Amino acid sequence: MIKIEDVYKIYTIGDIEVRALNGVSLHVKPKEFVSIIGPSGSGKSTLMNMIGCLDTPTSGSIAIDGIPVEDMTSNELAKLRNKKIGFIFQTYNLLAKLDALENVELPLVYQGIPAKQRREMAIEALRNVGMEERMHHKPKELSGGQQQRVAIARALSSNPPLILADEPTGALDSKSGVQVMKMLHDIHDAGNTVVIITHNTDIARQAERVVRIADGVITSDTKNTEGVVCE
Amino acid sequence: MNTIIMSFKMAFSAVWASKVRSFLTMLGIIIGVGAVIILVSLVSSTTKQMKTELESMGTNLISVSITRIWGSTRSVSVEDIEEMVEENSEYISSFTPLVTSSVTMKYGDEDVTSTAYGVSPEYPEIKNRSVEEGRFITEADIENRNKVCLVGQYQVNELFNGQSPVGQEVRLGTATSTDVYTVIGVLDQKSSNVSEGGDDDIIILPYTTAQRFFRNAMITSFAVSATSSDYTSQATAAIESFLYKIFQDDDLYNVQDQAEMVSSIDDALGSMTYLAAGIAGISLVVAGIGIMNIMLVTVTERTKEIGIRKSIGAREGTILTQFLIESAVISGLGGIIGIVLGVGGAAGVCTMMDMPVLTITEQLGTILGSFLFSVAMGIGFGMYPARRAAQMNPVDALRYE
Repeated sequence: MIKIEDVYKIYTIGDIEVRALNGVSLHVKPKEFVSIIGPSGSGKSTLMNMIGCLDTPTSGSIAIDGIPVEDMTSNELAKLRNKKIGFIFQTYNLLAKLDALENVELPLVYQGIPAKQRREMAIEALRNVGMEERMHHKPKELSGGQQQRVAIARALSSNPPLILADEPTGALDSKSGVQVMKMLHDIHDAGNTVVIITHNTDIARQAERVVRIADGVITSDTKNTEGVVCE
Repeated sequence: MNTIIMSFKMAFSAVWASKVRSFLTMLGIIIGVGAVIILVSLVSSTTKQMKTELESMGTNLISVSITRIWGSTRSVSVEDIEEMVEENSEYISSFTPLVTSSVTMKYGDEDVTSTAYGVSPEYPEIKNRSVEEGRFITEADIENRNKVCLVGQYQVNELFNGQSPVGQEVRLGTATSTDVYTVIGVLDQKSSNVSEGGDDDIIILPYTTAQRFFRNAMITSFAVSATSSDYTSQATAAIESFLYKIFQDDDLYNVQDQAEMVSSIDDALGSMTYLAAGIAGISLVVAGIGIMNIMLVTVTERTKEIGIRKSIGAREGTILTQFLIESAVISGLGGIIGIVLGVGGAAGVCTMMDMPVLTITEQLGTILGSFLFSVAMGIGFGMYPARRAAQMNPVDALRYE
C-alpha cells in the first residue's frame, strides 16, 4: 500500500540544514493497521505529510498503492489524495461555514460526483459514524467528539483505501477518544489500510504494528503481540 | 461544474457573512459604475435633445453663412441666389435670407429683447414652421418694405398677456433706431416649454424691411431647403460651387446641411461621452485595487481552509476558480447596485434639468458594458490573490492558525 524507499527531507532555514527525514524506508501492506510514534520534532509529521502526499521528498521514492508520487505535480498529488487517502486530523479541520453534510460531501464534489449521488454517499458515511441526525449542524454546534466523527465520515465518504490519522484523539476527552479509536478499528476491519501518527503510546499500542521514529530515522518497527484492542 | 456551483454558493455566503466589509469593498465599484452611467446618460440625453431640436427644424435644411470681410467688394445678392436656386431646381426647392439682429419689442409699458429675423415668404416651409394666427409675410411686404412683424408664443405671453396681438402696434428698437410695426401674425408653438431664448422667443420681419432697419446692406446668412432629404448633399455641392465662383476662396463661406450638423454634434458629444466615461472609469480601477486588497486579506484569513480543501483533493484550478468567483461576485454585485443607482440617478437628474429621460433600451449598451466591466475588474484584480491561494503549499496552509 505504501512503499517508502530511502526518503530524505531536508529544509534549509537560513544557513542551518534541518534533516527532518534522514533516510527513511517503510513498507505498509494493504489492510495493515500501523501506528507511527515519536516525540515532537522526530520527523513523524514530515513522514505523515509524505505518506499523505501533501509534500514531496528531497530525495528517495514514495509509492502509494503502486503509484510513484515523488515527481508528481501539485494537481496530480491533489487528485491522488482525493482518490486514495482519507485524512483525519487532530483538530478535525472541518470547514466552519459548511454543515456536517456539506463537509462530508466536499471530497466527492472534488471528484465530480453528481449532486444526488454525492448526497446519498455522504448521508451513508454520516450514518456509519452515527451523525446522521446532526447532518445539518455546523461544526461549532457539535462537540469535539462529534466533529471528529464528522471528520471520519468525510475521510470515508469517497471510500479511499488508505486512512491517515494524525493524532486523532489528541484533542478529545477519553470517552470520545475511545469511541474514535473503536471507529478506526472498525474501518480497519472493513478492509482499509489505517495509519495513525501519534506520540501517545496507549494509542500506538492498539495497532498491529508500531513504528518508532526519532531524529528523522526509524528506530524500531515491531509487530504488536499484545493485541490490545480498545476496552 | 460541481465546484463552480459550489463556489458561487460559497461566494454569496462569504459576501453575506461579512456584510459591512463586502459593502465597503463594493462601494468603489458602486460609485464608479453609478458615475459612469450618470455621466454617459446625461451626455446621451443632451445629444438626443439637440438632435430632436435639429430634426424639428427640418431635415432638408441647409445653412449658408458668408464671412463678411472689410473692404471686400465681393458679395452675393438675393438675386444671385434666386438665380442659382432656379438653375438647381432639381435639388433646391426654396431659400430665405436671414437678416438677424437683437431687437427690443415694446408694447404698452412692457418690453422684451429677442432675436429678430428678416426673412422671405418661404421661411415657414424651409424652417418647418407654420402660422398659428393671422398671416405670414407676403411678396408685397418684401416689395414695399412694409413695417409688419410676426411674433412667437413667448412674446404673446410676455407682452400681450396671452391675448391675440394681431393688429396691435408695437415699437421695435435696435441699438441705433426705433420704429413702429404692426403685428400681422403669431408663429406656432414649437417647444412644450415656452422660454426666453427658445424657439418660441422670435420676431419675424420682411427681409427688405430688416435690411434697412438693421442698416445691413449685405446679407450674410441664408437658409436653403433641398427638394428632399436625399438631395441635401447635391444641393450643398451646388451651393458650394456657386459660392466658390463668386468668392474664389472656400474660407469665406460655410455651407452646412442638417445631417452634417447632427453628425458633427454626435462626434463632439461622442468624444465627450468617452472622456466622461474614462474619467469615471479611473475610479473603477481604484475600486479594483480595493478589491485586490480585500481579496489578499481574505486569502490570508482563509489559509487554513485552503489547506483543508487541498488536503482532501482540491486542485489549484479549483481553488483559483473559487477565489476568482468570489471577487467577481463582489464586483458584479457592486456593479449591479451601481447600475441601479446610476440609472435612477440619471433619470432623476434628467427630470430635474428638463432633459429627455433615456429608456432602459437606450441605456442597454452602457448597462451591459459597465456590468461586464465590473465583473472583469473583479476577475482581473482577483487574479493575483486567487493565484496566491491556489499555489499555497498544503502543508504550510494546514499548519496555519
